[in-house]
Amino acid sequence: MARWTPDPTFYPSPRLAAKAPAETLAYVAAFAPGRDVPDALAVVDVDPASPSYSTIVGGVDMPNLGDELHHYGWNACSSCLCPNAPHPHTERRYLVVPGLRSSRIHVIDIKPDPKNPKIVRVIEPEELIEATGYSRPHTVHCGTDGIYVSALGDAKGETPGGIFLMDAETFDVLGRWEVDRGPQRLAYDAWWHLGYDTLVTSEWGAPNTIENGLVPEILLGAQYGRRLHFWDLHKRKHLQEIDFGPDYQLVFELRPAHDPTKAYGFVNCVVSLKDLSSSIWTWHRDGDKWAVTKVIEIPAEPADPDLLPPVLKGFKAVPPLVTDIDLSMDDRFLYVACWGTGDLRQYDVSDPFAPKLTGTVRIGGIVARASHPKAGGPLNGGPQMVEISRDGRRVYFTNSLYGAIDPQFYPAGIDGWMVKLEANANGGIEFDPRFFVTWPKSHRPHQVRLEGGDCSSDSYCYP
Amino acid sequence: MSAGELWPWLILIGLGAFHGLNPAMGWLFAVALGLYRGSRSVVLVSLIPIALGHAAAIAVVVYAVIGLGMAIDQHSFRIVAGLLLIAWGIYHVLYGHRHRLRIGLRTGLAGLAVWSFAMATVHGAGMMLVPVLMPLAQGGEHAHHMPMTTSLGVAALAVLVHSLAMLLTTGAVALIVYEWVGLDFLRRGWINLDLLWTAALIGMGLWLLRMA
Repeated sequence: MARWTPDPTFYPSPRLAAKAPAETLAYVAAFAPGRDVPDALAVVDVDPASPSYSTIVGGVDMPNLGDELHHYGWNACSSCLCPNAPHPHTERRYLVVPGLRSSRIHVIDIKPDPKNPKIVRVIEPEELIEATGYSRPHTVHCGTDGIYVSALGDAKGETPGGIFLMDAETFDVLGRWEVDRGPQRLAYDAWWHLGYDTLVTSEWGAPNTIENGLVPEILLGAQYGRRLHFWDLHKRKHLQEIDFGPDYQLVFELRPAHDPTKAYGFVNCVVSLKDLSSSIWTWHRDGDKWAVTKVIEIPAEPADPDLLPPVLKGFKAVPPLVTDIDLSMDDRFLYVACWGTGDLRQYDVSDPFAPKLTGTVRIGGIVARASHPKAGGPLNGGPQMVEISRDGRRVYFTNSLYGAIDPQFYPAGIDGWMVKLEANANGGIEFDPRFFVTWPKSHRPHQVRLEGGDCSSDSYCYP
Repeated sequence: MSAGELWPWLILIGLGAFHGLNPAMGWLFAVALGLYRGSRSVVLVSLIPIALGHAAAIAVVVYAVIGLGMAIDQHSFRIVAGLLLIAWGIYHVLYGHRHRLRIGLRTGLAGLAVWSFAMATVHGAGMMLVPVLMPLAQGGEHAHHMPMTTSLGVAALAVLVHSLAMLLTTGAVALIVYEWVGLDFLRRGWINLDLLWTAALIGMGLWLLRMA
């Protein structure tokens, strides 16, 4: 239903969005690794003044088994204010929640009762494949002219993966986005620089090479994703490919600067085949081309092989496995989740080419199994999907990566948890000792979305 | 000029201001481009192709209407135009904002003109002028005595007057927002002009049908 004034959660610029009120609810995708009960979208109380603070206060079960909920996004966000396609009287009301394994897409209405969301539409995998030729929907972003969803593979679980569009009101699947994909085959994340008419995509692997876990031969052969692709957002044409080279594998999360006048962003590379390090790269303009520069390298930590899972014993080291990063609304702090070692790091990236480490907490980790003030005992899993409040003062993260990969690095299993950090305005992070959510054994938590928007949900057209 | 001859011109000017006020007609785009380059001149220069695109979109409709008005009698014309306006109003509320986007924030002046032309056309900006133009183009009560060249000239003047009113309004709003108000005001101040717009299209369509 059209509103008379713009949705109050839409902000013209990241500067104004940073003044948004604090969130009181968080949505968390939770998947059931046993595939014996449905996945769920959980609702967590994040209002410190509430008696049910730090507990799961509601949610909704999916109608089928085995979806593997993973990443998801809103039907509409601040990009509705963009001047070239303005329609700000749309509501931010629906979460578009794909099953990464099932290729089924759920549209979930949070408006009537935010703690008890309702599924209002389910797009079955056959419908998605028929309309787009793609499967394994992953990242969901609210765009200026529709909902953009990246997909890892084609109908058969092979390549190419790509992007498809959904109508932001009816949720009809409109079709494949690309007009000319150039050399791009692998897909993973997608986001854009609205101010530069540029879309960026990254790479993981074809579904049939990851759905039973990472395949060592493919990884060591540098055959998983290692490239960034730059596209003309409006002509839908591939412009440029940047290959990180045969040492780098799994180029994942794209975090462009929120300020649309800045033409740079950050991406994490999960593992270097040379030394198991993880790295963060800045993409930026170089003349009339895009280029990348490695700006952070996080080394593997030597470890007793007895404490390591089979896949790592031979290396006698724990890789940091940086599998998610997130950039604060003011583009000042980059949060880096080291799922292997258990670090959650905060870097000051005011100078995107010279990050400074400004804070670290450790929780979980393959060897460290570090605890939390409220947990009282060793924890497994490690910092993974991380989300930042719009004002940058609160950081939430969960500990599960992906059903088939979790047991490769945490063979004893992962007990789901979600924690919250308090971030100092000038750098520095610490645990909120009151916030520790343990998940029911049946489920593991993945991506967090905050009520009204967060630092990876919205994009802006004005500085 | 009598009061009866003046009112269509006043309405043309009023509709120009109404179109100019709508952020979807271009002032917001001009402000965004100005903010990117930190330049008031960019705001002002951007308004020129936006106004030209708008004028072109209006002109296409105006001349099509005159053509139609010459081909059929006044009664049929009002019915056809009235139905067209109502249909456009319904289309606008359902699909007006759901088009594939082809012009982005790196566009040049030509792109801005094309964008403005497309936005005005899709919004039915020219259609909205039809009920006002009709008496002008047909010379009111003296329709049958008006030579074609005069008719075309009056239409050109109408497009010019409307577009100037649009340009002045949109320019004033763009400057006020760019220089003083800032974008925060959009969060509450941007009322749903598209709803008013739809109401205007349908209302004028109904009025034409009633007059037929």
